[in-house]
Amino acid sequence: MTDRALLEVKGLVTAFDTEGGRLRAVDGIDIRVEHGRTLGIVGESGCGKSVTALSIMRLLPQPMGQILEGEIRLEGVDLVQADRDTMHRIRGHRIGMIFQEPMTALNPVHRIGRQIAESLILHKGFDKRQALERAVALLQRVGIPAPEVRLSEYPHQLSGGMRQRVMIAIALACDPALLIADEPTTALDVTVQAQILELIASLRSESGMGVLLITHDLGVIAEQCDDVVVMYAGRVAEQAPVRQLFAEPRHPYTRGLLASIPHLETPRKTRLPTISGMVPTLSALPDGCRFNNRCPHADDRCRREQPPLVRTGPDHHVACHHWQRIASEPTP
Amino acid sequence: MTVPLLELRDLATHFPVRGGVLLRARGTNRAVDGVSLTLDRGKTLGLVGESGCGKSTLGKTVVRLLAPTSGQILFEGQDISKLSRRRLKPLRRELQMVFQDPAESLNSRHTVGNLIEEPLIIHRVGTAAERLARVHELLELVGLPASAAERFPFEFSGGQRQRISIARAIALGPRLLVCDEPVSALDVSIQSQILNLLLHLQQELGLGYLFIAHDLAVVRHVSDTIAVMYLGRIMEYADADGLLARPRHPYTRALISAIPSPDPNRRSRRTVLEGDVPSPIDPPSGCPFHTRCPHAEARCRSERPALRQVARDGATDHLVACHFDL
Ligand SMILES: Nc1ncnc2c1ncn2[C@@H]1O[C@H](COP(=O)(O)OP(=O)(O)OP(=O)(O)O)[C@@H](O)[C@H]1O
Ligand SMILES: Nc1ncnc2c1ncn2[C@@H]1O[C@H](COP(=O)(O)OP(=O)(O)OP(=O)(O)O)[C@@H](O)[C@H]1O
Ligand SMILES: [Mg+2]
Ligand SMILES: [Mg+2]
Repeated sequence: MTDRALLEVKGLVTAFDTEGGRLRAVDGIDIRVEHGRTLGIVGESGCGKSVTALSIMRLLPQPMGQILEGEIRLEGVDLVQADRDTMHRIRGHRIGMIFQEPMTALNPVHRIGRQIAESLILHKGFDKRQALERAVALLQRVGIPAPEVRLSEYPHQLSGGMRQRVMIAIALACDPALLIADEPTTALDVTVQAQILELIASLRSESGMGVLLITHDLGVIAEQCDDVVVMYAGRVAEQAPVRQLFAEPRHPYTRGLLASIPHLETPRKTRLPTISGMVPTLSALPDGCRFNNRCPHADDRCRREQPPLVRTGPDHHVACHHWQRIASEPTP
Repeated sequence: MTVPLLELRDLATHFPVRGGVLLRARGTNRAVDGVSLTLDRGKTLGLVGESGCGKSTLGKTVVRLLAPTSGQILFEGQDISKLSRRRLKPLRRELQMVFQDPAESLNSRHTVGNLIEEPLIIHRVGTAAERLARVHELLELVGLPASAAERFPFEFSGGQRQRISIARAIALGPRLLVCDEPVSALDVSIQSQILNLLLHLQQELGLGYLFIAHDLAVVRHVSDTIAVMYLGRIMEYADADGLLARPRHPYTRALISAIPSPDPNRRSRRTVLEGDVPSPIDPPSGCPFHTRCPHAEARCRSERPALRQVARDGATDHLVACHFDL
């Protein structure tokens, strides 16, 4: 992969200034999304997934949230350096974003049609009639029955699944090159989740857009993604193509995570492997490797030296001092 | 035949739906609508189904936090469905509930020790010294240090708070614990810790669990039998392995195929159901699933299928509420 990626994030550091001092919520991460592919980011609550997405969108809460270091290149343009007007054009035009809770992103007092049309009028220079016509087509595309009727309804009149479809319609209105989906189905039922994930996958293959899919569900990662980034406490622990990651996890955190979820083959009512302890808080991170207080392989070096993310094979990157030894052990 | 720990007979819990300026009753939410189930001592009955299908309402009715509209709840053979508050009090020791969000059940102004001791005080168990010893014993049982007793819930992580609410729920030595999504709010790496704890407690104390969750793989792991619920009714009931190996109801099949499997080599061609779950306020006629069922015929729209036995997996009947043998 030498050609230009759709999205390339390098050495991103995002911090929040709080009463307790500066917290580096994202601390030096690299990610790459290719055209027509889905990159999944997975990790525990608070590991920095949403902050990564908000950094790319330049929608960090102000003034506490700041990008301290790094580059975010979308089609070659560095978004970290972009001015407000440029970002305004890029958001909703080149990047579409959908969130976990559509109710917070949809305006409750405006009709659905107007909310979709707005961005078309703004970014594509459509007139009102053209925009509404396109809105109908978009609603149809995301699988909403009777779209002409829905145009004049308000968000609260729709079910959770329908609202998420409307969010997707808005995100797709201007044919973005990149779709960022932050836990798009966590609030939905599994049968509705299946519909939405299928929809995102088919839209991706139709349009060739790249997708950055954030989730904490390893099942969603396995089914939807081409490549995976496993985050832990603000850093990338491991990164690999999806099959490679599940077949040969090389970071002890990834291995622990995969082992701890019950599979349909696991003998019932038996002890599951666990990762002991819990995620450290940002204000009390251990020195060295951030996983060292929970890692069965940790030694003095791990408590002293932060492991860099190193290439361990084609497209497989791992941040662990002992990955070679660990990778040679049988997969949990 | 020994008496089962819990037997539900045609249990229904309905809520009045009010609307308009006068808040007049406008209809009925049939949240739980004719459920019959059995749970044996020391066993786990898993309950799965999508949001709003009535799982929590059923759980709360079983421990009588809600009063049923009709039907019977037999706890060790005794019908507790109509007992008064006063007559229920001694039964509270036997029937306890753990919730999804431990923040809801743990009042943050009390220390962890006070919270765990509270049910012991209410039921006048032991002297102060004995209660303190019991608190420490319980903390140890759920994997927390005795020193946790002096701290406050907000000082703990989500997984630790769930341990605290489990300690509180088992303080009086219940025989039935209703676990309502006990791991849904927790991170994957913490979930398995809590599931192991629940399995361990069941072994040690012989607890029976009604285990509610929407993650079928989790439910299968901890359960002996599983009931699948849809719009207030049981669609299928079977041995846990039997249900997943050979689901017979089209809804169960759709549910299983909708769950993303954490194995990229098994990306399944799935049967994606159309539409959303209908409202329990005005449920479909006939079979409640017919509006989304790929096999529905005219009969399904008019006639509600009874839950009938179609097979046996080991000692457990395999029950399905469908007109067809699919
Ligand atoms: N506005 C803020 N001020 C201070 N800290 C913040 C702020 N927003 C996020 N953080 C911190 O940044 C870290 C990363 O948060 P983020 O929302 O990215 O987590 P996440 O991985 O998306 O988790 P979840 O799975 O719970 O959504 C957390 O420790 C969080 O507390
Ligand atoms: N106290 C209540 N008063 C009125 N209606 C209620 C009450 N509790 C629940 N309901 C309604 O009963 C139905 C079943 O709700 P319930 O909470 O039992 O579902 P659930 O299966 O637990 O869903 P979830 O998976 O979202 O927790 C819903 O329509 C709900 O709105
Ligand atoms: Mg998030
Ligand atoms: Mg519930």
